[in-house]
Amino acid sequence: MSYAQSQQQAGLPLDTPEIVEHDLDILIIGGGMGACGAAYEAVRWGDRHGLKMLMVDKAALERSGAVAQGLSAINTYLGDNSPEDYVRMVRTDLMGLVREDLIYDVGRHVDDSVHLFEDWGLPCWIKGEDGHNLDGAEARAAGKSLRKGDKPVRSGRWQIMINGESYKCIVAEAARKALGPERILERVFIVRLLTDKEHPGRIAGAVGFSVRRNEVHVFRAKAVLLAAGGAVNVYRPRSCGEGLGRAWYPVWNAGSTYAMSAQIGAEMTMMENRFVPARFKDGYGPVGAWFLLFRAKAVNALGEDYCQTNKAMLRPYEERGYARGHVVPTCLRNHMMLREMREGRGPILMDTRTALRSTFASLDEKQQKALESEAWEDFLDMCVAQANLWASTNTAPEERGSEIMPTEPYLLGSHSGCCGIWVSGPDEDWVPAEYKIRAANGKVYNRMTTIEGLFTCGDGVGASGHKFSSGSHAEGRIAGKQMVRWCVDHAGETPVPAQTPQALADMIYAPWRTFQAHKDATTDVEVNPHMLTPRHFMLRLMKCTDEYGGGVSTFYITSQAMLERGFELLDMLEEDSARLAARDLHELLRCWENYHRLWTVRLHMQHMAFREETRYPGFYYRSDHMPLDDAAWKCFVNSVHDPKSGETRLFKRPYIQLIPEATT
Amino acid sequence: MPTYVDPAKCDGCKGGQRTACMYVCPNDLMLLDSMSMKAFNQEPDACWECYSCVKICPQGAISVRPYADFAPLGGVCLPLRGSQQISWTVRFRNGLQKRFSFPIRTTAEDSIEPPTPLGQDVSLEDNRLSTEDVPAVAPACAAPVRAAVSDPDRQRIFRTHSPRLEDA
Repeated sequence: MSYAQSQQQAGLPLDTPEIVEHDLDILIIGGGMGACGAAYEAVRWGDRHGLKMLMVDKAALERSGAVAQGLSAINTYLGDNSPEDYVRMVRTDLMGLVREDLIYDVGRHVDDSVHLFEDWGLPCWIKGEDGHNLDGAEARAAGKSLRKGDKPVRSGRWQIMINGESYKCIVAEAARKALGPERILERVFIVRLLTDKEHPGRIAGAVGFSVRRNEVHVFRAKAVLLAAGGAVNVYRPRSCGEGLGRAWYPVWNAGSTYAMSAQIGAEMTMMENRFVPARFKDGYGPVGAWFLLFRAKAVNALGEDYCQTNKAMLRPYEERGYARGHVVPTCLRNHMMLREMREGRGPILMDTRTALRSTFASLDEKQQKALESEAWEDFLDMCVAQANLWASTNTAPEERGSEIMPTEPYLLGSHSGCCGIWVSGPDEDWVPAEYKIRAANGKVYNRMTTIEGLFTCGDGVGASGHKFSSGSHAEGRIAGKQMVRWCVDHAGETPVPAQTPQALADMIYAPWRTFQAHKDATTDVEVNPHMLTPRHFMLRLMKCTDEYGGGVSTFYITSQAMLERGFELLDMLEEDSARLAARDLHELLRCWENYHRLWTVRLHMQHMAFREETRYPGFYYRSDHMPLDDAAWKCFVNSVHDPKSGETRLFKRPYIQLIPEATT
Repeated sequence: MPTYVDPAKCDGCKGGQRTACMYVCPNDLMLLDSMSMKAFNQEPDACWECYSCVKICPQGAISVRPYADFAPLGGVCLPLRGSQQISWTVRFRNGLQKRFSFPIRTTAEDSIEPPTPLGQDVSLEDNRLSTEDVPAVAPACAAPVRAAVSDPDRQRIFRTHSPRLEDA
């Protein structure tokens, strides 16, 4: 791009920001499923006490968060299952290291959220009396509902099918109706959390900026919910151009939840955990319905079911008590697929043809058409890009299969991964003391972090995966009620942030000043020795993590030596962050998002360096510590960053099993 | 670029209070060019193809050209979103067309009522959520077993080097 073009094409102009200050009881950061759940519940409990609250979303509430596009299934609905069995499933999938108190707690509340979604208008499929599926509209017309106890259409033991294109719009509408428009602030990106001047272990608010006008917003609050999603584009993707945007998890999730909590000294847990989903190649369309609903098999190039031919690869884990029963952990399924790829037996194909044709055989023409429609809806509801790829490559699923492949790594806490913040469990007798965080007033607040008054949910809560959309909403509601309780218990107190609003505004707008200072030194803003564009910063970060931190280019392999080299490069990237430059408001957003990415993925690599075993084969491998080592590592790895000294300390936390193995 | 704007159809939302695509994009991509009064995607390789802008555009001016680094030209899915259902036209590279319609909502848009105030018989001290009838129960069989590990006090300290963006 030439100098002239770059000036013309700049977006919304930067200028000296106006400072806007807000005094609140409750600040909700984020607008996704967790934040919407928290808002709904906080209003119901908090309005009785006259609490002042505000939800701050970096996007527009009706289409923000991980469910913005829609979903074709709700992955956590217990129905006839017990919360105890839910804990067992999650524990098995996540290789034994999970917070069973938190998972049980989600399990016992999640169905109530799903019933609300259905009441609000989310179409949920119901099993018809003739055994065929009623879509959500047909079910409603027939007077059937989950709330009444009618049978859902299950694609798996825990999953139910929905017509979910407008899932987020509906959940957002309920949150908006609860809050009212005056308590929602959109297009404001929170950059940093603020702690109290006198007590650095206590939250005092947050600071952010508008991406629409030159305003820095300073929020002072008694309680803050941090619910800003997981981390995407922290590893170099398999795509090599525009497909950078076609991340499996939402591309706008920049790790803000993990970076901002770690920066102020919140205790983090299991940040070494990651998720590497095996998905339809390139488009990253969902595979769950294909495996579970349509009963498709994934086969190697020889037509073999590699989960059968590689069964022996599970034995070392079975011998240690893992991968038992019906659930083969997601990482171990990747582990088997990766062997096929390494040994040249790829591509791996999802055999959609056999699956659809064998089902077609028992159906009439109308029913066949309905099945084809269900197959396409699975993509059109939640991943249109995959349907676009099928259309672009003339792929009709009933005629030929499609490739699947493990993606680049993602960091998250609500799906089949469990990195996040260490939080308090419920204040109940069955929860061990080690899982409770006691505040200065002697009380325990469920979902509160080790920073007093800071709460989280969804992707933010560590060691507690498999919540998905519904569980994140339910967990947000749990946190929402607890924040009200916190505010009522601390009614007379007003935390004061350590920094002045002007100092914070100067910090946030530093990339603009850098741009102003150096823009005329060259004829091309993209190539300038004094500054770094946010895009270049992200590309440098992703190349480093990919090559040294177990990305796709090394088949997810890393080691002590590789990680140490990565840390050297990341240290220099941290230094160069002071040279990040923004030419418009959009780039200022990207500067801070990418800074959050750096903090998040560096912490991930530090945790991987500390855990000297391979706990999640198929997600990543420590080549210098290949076995799973329960004797040394059947524990959580936690970390605390000290903002004063700049030191991050990693240590072990005991794992306590609460729910015994099933007796059958 | 994944989403693109047809300049013949885009009117810059002149009749509306806000530019619809710019309002809705979850990733802050759509921007109104103040000279031409046409919208454009300012960062195409950060587009998720979530279709939020395609669905909301009142002029039907936004479409998608699938990702250049892996999708052959010619195929695309185009939606028409109503208040109760969405209709899709799937156009293959080879010209084949498929049409599908799915329900999206069983209630009228904007019909969700604000929640009613809670009664007096509820407590902040129990685990009951506002729409649940009774507090949730403890697990039937909780039996804490602490896993013992070797070297439980092991630590490592990492130091982060300054200067950095925050110190600027």
